[in-house]
Amino acid sequence: MENSGEHSTVKTVSGQNIVITNVETIPGRKIVEHFGLVSGSTIRAKHIGRDLMASLKNIVGGELKGYTQLLSESRDQATRRMVRQAVDLGANAVVNVRFSTSSVAQGAAELYAYGTAVRVE
Amino acid sequence: MNDLILILALTALGYFAGTWAEKRHYRSIYEREKQLLHIPAITMKDIPYPNGEIRSSRLVEGSAVISIDYFKRLLAGLRNIFGGTIISYESLLDRARREALLRMKESAPDAAVIVNVRIETSAIGKYSSKRNIGCIEALAYGTAIKLRQQ
Repeated sequence: MENSGEHSTVKTVSGQNIVITNVETIPGRKIVEHFGLVSGSTIRAKHIGRDLMASLKNIVGGELKGYTQLLSESRDQATRRMVRQAVDLGANAVVNVRFSTSSVAQGAAELYAYGTAVRVE
Repeated sequence: MNDLILILALTALGYFAGTWAEKRHYRSIYEREKQLLHIPAITMKDIPYPNGEIRSSRLVEGSAVISIDYFKRLLAGLRNIFGGTIISYESLLDRARREALLRMKESAPDAAVIVNVRIETSAIGKYSSKRNIGCIEALAYGTAIKLRQQ
């Protein structure tokens, strides 16, 4: 990964650059080793202030910025957990990443990210 | 009687504020879509460039949570009785998805192309467990490809 500065990416866990894509390969690179599935998830509930704003917004419609932010923060956390798992396996990239969201309880959502940990040249 | 007045007031508020907000949002969507036309987002996995030209690739994503207004929710409730197309919800989903797609593109302004774009929708929030949709989240994600400078 000496020339990985080229792959201007993204998640740095303990100083290491991890390349994440959602295609089967890292374009322009060759995969040398597969480590199998890695995943990360998080379940978040929103707090009362946000919920109150959301109730108001439910009358007039429109974007719920608080929720958008909350969900993208949570998705970042799920991704970080996935990346940490990949790093623990000795991978330096995660390919074919998928996201999924499900609401598990009233007002709580699970964000789940999964992909295949690989090592590229 | 008071309840009826409250419901009518909420419906009127929802109708006017909701319509206004939707029009404004659509104007902004059209404008930004035009500005971002130079970044094609394609759903195929094939990258239309040879390997040697690719400088970097990374995952990009964008999301938006959009709620429906009271008036449209009432309309949809009526539709649930008779069945048929719920036109009022179509614009809600359309706005959320296009907004998510735009945010994804905006997070990769120097990309040549975004491949393998996936769009996912999920109902979240208070009403999601019931029959009604309260608000929906649209998530768009894909792999942004950056090229070497020629």
